[in-house]
Amino acid sequence: MAYDDPFDATLSLQQALDAIRDSNWLESGTSGGGGYPPINLFRKGEDLVAVAEVPGIEKKDIDVQVRGNVVRIAGVKALNYGEKVSIHRRERLAGRFDRAISLPVEIDAERVRAECHDGVLAVYLPRAERDKPKSIKVN
Amino acid sequence: MERSQELAVQKKKEMEGKQEKTFPARYFVPTADIFETGDALTLVMEVPGVEKKDLDVSLQNGVLSVDGRIDFGKYEGFEPVYSEYNIGHYSRAFALSDQIDPAGISADLANGVLTLTLKKIKEAAARRIEIG
Repeated sequence: MAYDDPFDATLSLQQALDAIRDSNWLESGTSGGGGYPPINLFRKGEDLVAVAEVPGIEKKDIDVQVRGNVVRIAGVKALNYGEKVSIHRRERLAGRFDRAISLPVEIDAERVRAECHDGVLAVYLPRAERDKPKSIKVN
Repeated sequence: MERSQELAVQKKKEMEGKQEKTFPARYFVPTADIFETGDALTLVMEVPGVEKKDLDVSLQNGVLSVDGRIDFGKYEGFEPVYSEYNIGHYSRAFALSDQIDPAGISADLANGVLTLTLKKIKEAAARRIEIG
């Protein structure tokens, strides 16, 4: 996707995300949808990127594992209010999470990398070479 | 809250029409915690994906407004194939009581969480009124 106008880019991406909300692109089974953290999956070139919003969770408290075509994201979110406070409003939630998604493509576990910036976790999932489609010349 | 508790998914709340923005992108209301200590009020808001430079906190007419923008440029070349949540800017406003010192507000952003510390005005010592 390429856009000239940043507002256009914003709206287009938001509409695209809405259009495929909970699509059945992910293989059913494991823990398909609904768990924490909610995940968006993107295709970038031939590879996949899983993105999740994990505000308030330290990097050290997030555990990302890959096995075969299954990606597991687990961890714990702790909230610390300090002592001697009176709480007026509490909307944020804390707790542990453990979620696995199985991808419909094979990935190269050795080259998977994860980044977490500003409370957004991105897991880069390179597609395995042997899984990439090959063009067959028609004779 | 117990550490052993399963973390539930919170559906992102979309901002309603009241303070509608001039461009058509989605805005969400960040989840917030508010708590008070002896000398300060603390507001904690979740704004994942917002960088410091894209965050705007302002105080006007006793209303504290927080605006956080997402840099959608980071998604360039990303084609969505599966989605469980939408991405958008954040906006939320709070009316402050006059107990808050407008000059004593400090902000900190870490791991997608904005913490605003609002110092309370030191209460004037109670004055005894003599009855004449």
